[in-house]
Amino acid sequence: MTKTVQRVITALQEAFPDVDFAVAPLLAGRRPEEEQVCVRVPPTRLAGVMRFLYEDRRCRFEQLCDLTCVDYLNFPEATDRFGVTYALLSLTLGHRLWVKCFVNDPDPEVPSATGIWQGANWLEREVWDMFGVRFTGHPDLRRILTWEGFPAHPLRKDYPLRGRGERENYEVIHRDSA
Amino acid sequence: MMSDIPATSPRPQAFGGTTYAPEEPGSDVWVLNVGPQHPATHTTLRHVLELDGERVLSCTVHIGYLHSGFEKLGEHLNYNQYVVVTDRMNYVSPMANNIAWHHACEKLFGIEITPRCKAIRTIIAELARIQDHLVCVGCSGLDLGGYTPFMYFFNARELIYDIFEECCGHRFTTSYTRVGGLMQDVRPRWAEMVKHFCTEVLPPAIVDFEKLLTRNRIFIERTKDIGYLSRDDAVNWGVTGPLARASGVRRDLRKDEPYLCYADNWDGQGTRGVEFKVPISDGGDCLGRYLVRLEEIRQSAHIIMQLVDNIPAGPVNVLPDDKQTLPDKAEVYFSIEGLIHHFEQIMTNRGHTPPVGEAYGANETANGELGFYLVSDGGNTPYRARCRPPSFINYQCFEKLVVGHQISDVIAVLSAMNVIAAELDR
Repeated sequence: MTKTVQRVITALQEAFPDVDFAVAPLLAGRRPEEEQVCVRVPPTRLAGVMRFLYEDRRCRFEQLCDLTCVDYLNFPEATDRFGVTYALLSLTLGHRLWVKCFVNDPDPEVPSATGIWQGANWLEREVWDMFGVRFTGHPDLRRILTWEGFPAHPLRKDYPLRGRGERENYEVIHRDSA
Repeated sequence: MMSDIPATSPRPQAFGGTTYAPEEPGSDVWVLNVGPQHPATHTTLRHVLELDGERVLSCTVHIGYLHSGFEKLGEHLNYNQYVVVTDRMNYVSPMANNIAWHHACEKLFGIEITPRCKAIRTIIAELARIQDHLVCVGCSGLDLGGYTPFMYFFNARELIYDIFEECCGHRFTTSYTRVGGLMQDVRPRWAEMVKHFCTEVLPPAIVDFEKLLTRNRIFIERTKDIGYLSRDDAVNWGVTGPLARASGVRRDLRKDEPYLCYADNWDGQGTRGVEFKVPISDGGDCLGRYLVRLEEIRQSAHIIMQLVDNIPAGPVNVLPDDKQTLPDKAEVYFSIEGLIHHFEQIMTNRGHTPPVGEAYGANETANGELGFYLVSDGGNTPYRARCRPPSFINYQCFEKLVVGHQISDVIAVLSAMNVIAAELDR
């Protein structure tokens, strides 16, 4: 990892000595300067860590570049199911950091980042829509790509590629019944 | 005039198709539904506007009409097959999506592509940027009532389609890149076409276009101070690309995280990266976005002219010895080893085997940072193929930008944002 990212990790470990960040590159075996560094944060500490990453002058992650989720059902050696992944970007220091927060069924729930980055708004709605991970404190957590009332979360691994017949059995609205 | 508008508009409480207007007796607030099918939305989007007369009190955006499950499909297609789907994301510049997708794949596989491939990809990426900006800049005139400048640019844009047809056989859905290289090499004629476009076609089109629009009083009055986005807001909302640069954000992945020929020593022989300037405006309004895009077109042409005469010789694909890239077609058709190799690559139980892990690769495309976040479990299809769509993330702040403006300004803001709904909904 680069020096600035090393400084971020040191700052994190100093500020949260009780959290095991499990610092690791996203992909092993790459050149150190190309490494994309990922830290793990438990959902209970996520809000504090995110606020720290946004405010601390060694981190300065002004932008939430991307927020997504991966369903690790049946993934080799995975212990938790949903990995909510934050890709953070610092424009002033020019570094990136990936933060992963693992949550599980039956009620996958992480705190919302909309209070820090407004750009998290639609991204969190998308993760809710596609994976069914709730974001507590989100101002307007509605489905965004599918419609309200869609019965599933389609990017979950146990959802089949061709759907469960939602499309074929969708209620047809006629002029008389509307 | 705009001081009496509340900073945050009254947010509608009930969603789901009932009513959006606040229920106050005697209220003149009325609701206008723009879209999903509306000529000014370009694609399938829906805005629900709360209006006081002509003034917008609040805007609620509904998207998802074109959601086609691209990310789900990505989990069932291999790394070469999925490029076909990326064509359909931002269909205004499909080549840029192809390149961004395989840029991320090659990061995952750990492949360093050949210098020739880098040069060709860079030229094509810049052509795609021009292609995208020509539409966006043209439309920012079109949507405000100026039809002629749009046609000048579409005339030039047609030649980019010809250039793409020459190199890959498709005009619109190109699917030109492959893991570790390209579908096929380009012919000398292609370089001539590119050069002809950048010297003979594009510059006069820009001159004609600018005569009609850049100093046009109606255009300036319709775009200046419309849809203002401050620098801090742009950063906080995650806005990237020309939209952010028009708000004064100094960020361009080509400079900040250089890849392809933008990086120094791209050919392994110490050649410096291509020279270009990144235009930045501090206007933060629709006019600033227009000017930034227009300048980016010129800079892209400048980049292409540096490369088009200096495309390195050599193979366009990395050597297929490591069984990660598809062999050359001539080898497949005329040698048994090539045929076996080809089958090994495309059979579902063999094929590409990337390492287990995750990788994020991003390119600066015309709308901003187009990234792909790939999770691989070691199989020949990605475990997760997340696309970071610039349109989706840029479009979020639209609801805030239009508050306080007139209805007609909503259209101006939308066309300056260049939202592509297929990428928005994926």
